Parts: sequence; C-alpha cells; structure tokens
Amino acid sequence: MVREITYLEAVREAMTQEMERDPKVFLIGEDVGLYGGAFQVSYGMLEKFGPERIVDTPITELGIAGAATGAALVGMRPIAEIMFMDFTTLASEQLVNQAAKLRFMFGGRATDPMVLRTPAGSGTGAAEHHSQSFENWFVHVPGLKVVMPTTPYDVKGLLIESIRDDNPVVFIEHKLLYKSKGPVPEEMYTIPLGKADVKRAGRDLTIVATGVMVQRSLAAADQLAQEGIDIEIVDPRTLRPLDTETIIASVKKTGKVLIVHEAVKTGGFGGELAAVIAESEAFGYLEAPILRLAGKEVPIPYNRNLEYHAVPQVENIIEKARELAQLKV
Amino acid sequence: MEVTKEIAEQYLLQMYQIRVFEEQAEKSYMAGKIHGTMHLSIGQEASAVGSVSALGPKDLILSTHRGHGHCIAKGADLKLMMAEFYGKANGYCRGRGGSMHIADVASGNLGANGVVGGGIPMAVGVGLGLKMQNEGKILLSFFGDGAASTGAFHESMTLSVLYQVPVVYVCENNQYAMSFPSNKWTTSEGLASFAACYGMPGKSVDGNDLLAVLEATEEAVEHVRNGNGPALVVCDTYRWRGHSKSDRNRYRSQEEIDAWKEKDPIERFKNHMIEKKTLTIDDIEKIKAQADADIENARLFAESSPDPDVSTLEEGVYAPW
Repeated sequence: MVREITYLEAVREAMTQEMERDPKVFLIGEDVGLYGGAFQVSYGMLEKFGPERIVDTPITELGIAGAATGAALVGMRPIAEIMFMDFTTLASEQLVNQAAKLRFMFGGRATDPMVLRTPAGSGTGAAEHHSQSFENWFVHVPGLKVVMPTTPYDVKGLLIESIRDDNPVVFIEHKLLYKSKGPVPEEMYTIPLGKADVKRAGRDLTIVATGVMVQRSLAAADQLAQEGIDIEIVDPRTLRPLDTETIIASVKKTGKVLIVHEAVKTGGFGGELAAVIAESEAFGYLEAPILRLAGKEVPIPYNRNLEYHAVPQVENIIEKARELAQLKV
Repeated sequence: MEVTKEIAEQYLLQMYQIRVFEEQAEKSYMAGKIHGTMHLSIGQEASAVGSVSALGPKDLILSTHRGHGHCIAKGADLKLMMAEFYGKANGYCRGRGGSMHIADVASGNLGANGVVGGGIPMAVGVGLGLKMQNEGKILLSFFGDGAASTGAFHESMTLSVLYQVPVVYVCENNQYAMSFPSNKWTTSEGLASFAACYGMPGKSVDGNDLLAVLEATEEAVEHVRNGNGPALVVCDTYRWRGHSKSDRNRYRSQEEIDAWKEKDPIERFKNHMIEKKTLTIDDIEKIKAQADADIENARLFAESSPDPDVSTLEEGVYAPW
C-alpha cells in the first residue's frame, strides 16, 4: 500500500527531499519561515534547514523574483514562492524579461535554473486580488516552462523535476487542491515535463482540463457514466512544453473534445488547445465542434454565490459534456 | 592616489578602447552596418574603468543598457563584442542580443540589461548566491540615476541590506534618465544618501576622475569583502551623446554639453599622469594607437564574420544549448 498524503504535503516533501539531496536548492518568499507560508506549505522547513535556506523576505515580489533569477545565474537552484498568483504581476518583470530570456539573449552563455511556485485559483472567498489564474500569460513566454499539477502524486514528481530542470519553471499550485489526498511514494521520483496524463480512459468524448477542473471533470464523468456517456480525461500537467501527442491521440480516438479551465475564456489556454487540435490530424476525426468551458468574463467576485458561478462547476461540465455527446456535425 | 606606469597604461588603454569602440560603433551605425539602437557612454569612461578596476579577477559585474564600458573594463574580447554589435553568429550572444545584452558569465560579466532597473533585483540574488557559496567573490552592480527612481531599487536595497549581500552598487548619475533631468528630484549627494536610509555606507564621487572613482570603489569593495554587507558609490558624470540613437537633444543645451566636455575623463587622467611624470606624451600616443588598432581589428573581425543561419532561429530558448 502506498501511503496517502495531501497535495500540500507533496509540495513540502518534494522541496524537503530535494533540499536534502542538493545544497544548491533553497526556498525564498514572504512568510515562508516561522509562519510556514500563507498556506502552510513550508511549515516545519525552517527548523530543518535554518534561515539560510528557508529565506523569509519582506513584501518584495519583484525582489523575490530577482533574487531567484540572480542566484540561479550563479549556479544556485532557488525555489521562489509568490504567495498568490495575483502577485506574480509584481514579479513579472524579472520572470518574463530577465529569467525567461537570459539563455537566449546571451547566446547560451547563461543558465537560470529556478522555480517560481505560486497558488492560483478561486473558490476561497478571497475575491478579486487573491483568486486569479494567469497561467496563459506565462505560457506565452518562450524560455519559461509552465507546470500545473492536479494530484499529490503529480505534484511531487513534477516539482522535483522542475527543481532539477535547467530552465526557469513557473509551478502553479491550486489552493482548493492543497487538502486533497492521494497515494504518493515516500522515495524520490520524477515526472518528465511535457508529458500529459490520461486521468480517465473513455470512448465517447475527451475532456482536456487543467488545475482543479481535472477533479471536477472526473466527478462529472462519474455521473455521466451512469447515463452511458464514457468520457476520457486528459490532464496536460505541463502547459509549456505541451504534450500535443497525447491530446491529439485522445481526440482522434473519441472524435469529440471539451476543453475546461478556470481562467477567463478569452485569451485563455483553451484557445491554444483548440487551435492545436484543429491544426492537427485530429481535425479530420472531429464529429462535433471543439467546445470550451471556462471562467466567465469577469474578475472573481466576493459574494459566495457569484464566485461559485464565475468558474465552471461539476454541473456545468456535466451539462456541457452531455450537450457535446449529443452533438453531431 | 599613486599608480605605477604599468597600471596607468592599462587604465588609459581601457578608457581609449571604450571611447574608440563606441565611436566606431556609431560610425558603423551611421553607415548602416549596425542596426537597432545603442546607448553610448562616451564621457563616462572613468566611471567604468575606475570602478571595475577595484575588483579582483574572480569578482562579477552586472551591467546596464549603457554597458559597453563596463564590458571592456571587465576584459571583454573586443572582437566578440563588435561582432555582436554587427549581429554576427560568432558575437558574444550569437547575434541574439546586440549591444544591450552582452554577457560573458564565465568571465564574470553577468550581462547588460535592456530594462532600466532590471539588473538590481538580480544583483540581490547573485549576492545571495555568492554568500551561500562562500568563495570570497563579490559582485559590482551598475545602475543609473534613472533606475534609482524605480520601485525595483527600493526592493533591491531593502533585501540587500537585510541579507548583507556582498554587492558594491555603483550608481552612474549621468544627469538624465533619457530626457528627464535627475536634478529635478535629486543630486549625486542625494543618491548617495539613500544608502544611509537603508543602513549601508554610501559615497558620491567625481565620476570623471578615474582615481577618485577607484579610491571610493576600493573602499566599498573592502567593506563588502570583509563581510559587512553592501555599499554604494555614486559617480557624478555625463554622457556626451544622446540617450540612444533616437535622441534629438531637445532637453539640454550645447553649452551644457561643451562644459562637460571640458571635464573629459580621458584628458583629465592623461594630464594628471603627465603632471605626475608617470606617463610621457609619447607613451600616451602609443596607447591611443594601440586602442585604435584593437578596435580596427575588432571591426574587421566583425565585418568578416558570418550572419547566424536562419535555420538556427529557434535554437537556444531552452537548455541545453
């Protein structure tokens, strides 16, 4: 029996084991020390590694991103924590203009192996400034890798791989998944970046989902199975580089695809996924239009009911998937 | 401050190399052989050579968009530099970076930067890394009066002092952030006084006096190398040319430019060395001829170098490269 731990514990375990293995790895961010991080991800790590390697910062998002970028440039392997993905707007100059481009613009004379971890997503009642999903902004930047794990198992393997990767990696965690549990081996293992995972096999239609939408899609698929609709769920896990092969193969198999993500629909990652499918040989296999279900065109509101309706929920996925199952070209 | 003949020759050669390199780059640009833009530091040579000369060979620098002088002072290969200006495949950045992004990490030049205030947040991280590695290396991080007004400056200084990073910050106050006169909001003394607010030593010097810059930077280097945390040196200087190639010089007078040309850092160092009888006019002519020949060789190398092959366009975005 593989032991079960939470998504949050998997983040902590990956960082802890990698820091034990490699003295070049350190964690830097706001309140990551005694406080344990805003979500308690690094709780206990200060006692284990001391303030030299669990580096608390004042409120300096740009400074944190710069500190990670610069330390990586001289051979360290920093993990920067930005408390909420909303605050990556403040860190983006260093991440997007500097870290992402150092290797290319210096003609290969620089390497910047850093990880920027940040929790994204709504559903906590934290409103407009603590609920956003900006993954596609970073997907748009050559030089960055963007990882978005959805299970404790994937978190551990992908985070260890991200720390060892020689490129800057944006590692997007989901707040609502922090407490979800799953089997995670105690020993170290890695999952390659750029490899999707079929979270559920099915024949009738494919759902490509990211973040917490993978879990919601799995719940929707269980219910639709009772109606005789057999859904396959593909979790890209890494948005850049993207495993187009697995996605295209699934769509060719089922002939129908629904893309589900939490981020606002316009300009979201779903547009990229839809285009990748439409441009591929899967196009000829499509039996219905490619559909997208995504966040509404609004900032995330505070009111519980409004917040709930701002992003796809299980019932919305059921409805949309059922509609797609019945659609014919 | 006394310097030997050998050292004086080295300083003068580097200042001439910077001046002649930039004059050549400008000529090549006017001739249409270099495209894009460039930020010339003509008139600021003493600040670059004086400060970098306070470092040891293993120490590092982080530079700015006006960084050609810093590169040369750190010992960059002039041929690879000029080839990069020409966008050639064998330039420092394989033609990917151009004048604004020259780096040579292996030799301690962590790169110039196209973003004003883009280098200082990285300096904190480099300092943090060097402190953790504990090999006695320090970083000299350049920025300008323009960067001093950014939020990046405040965050970076806060963290630098908090972590006591081994970084000497050198602020080159060349009086203008593009067209915005820094004296509308501060002075070189004012910039140096920021240091005290953060809790580190800061000093403003005549940035056109090489030996004054060297002395102040050596003092800062000693402070930093002894594990006392960061220090700041502000060099009061002036760029003779415009901000970049788009500059029409609408924000300053010819009289002002001419007055600063009277304080030419190269002439001042030259005259001082003649006065001190460290160098003769004959020595100086030889050094100038050497710099001219070095830059001419760099130009010939650049012009005869190949362009990058378009088939390589998408290479090198990710490791390994």
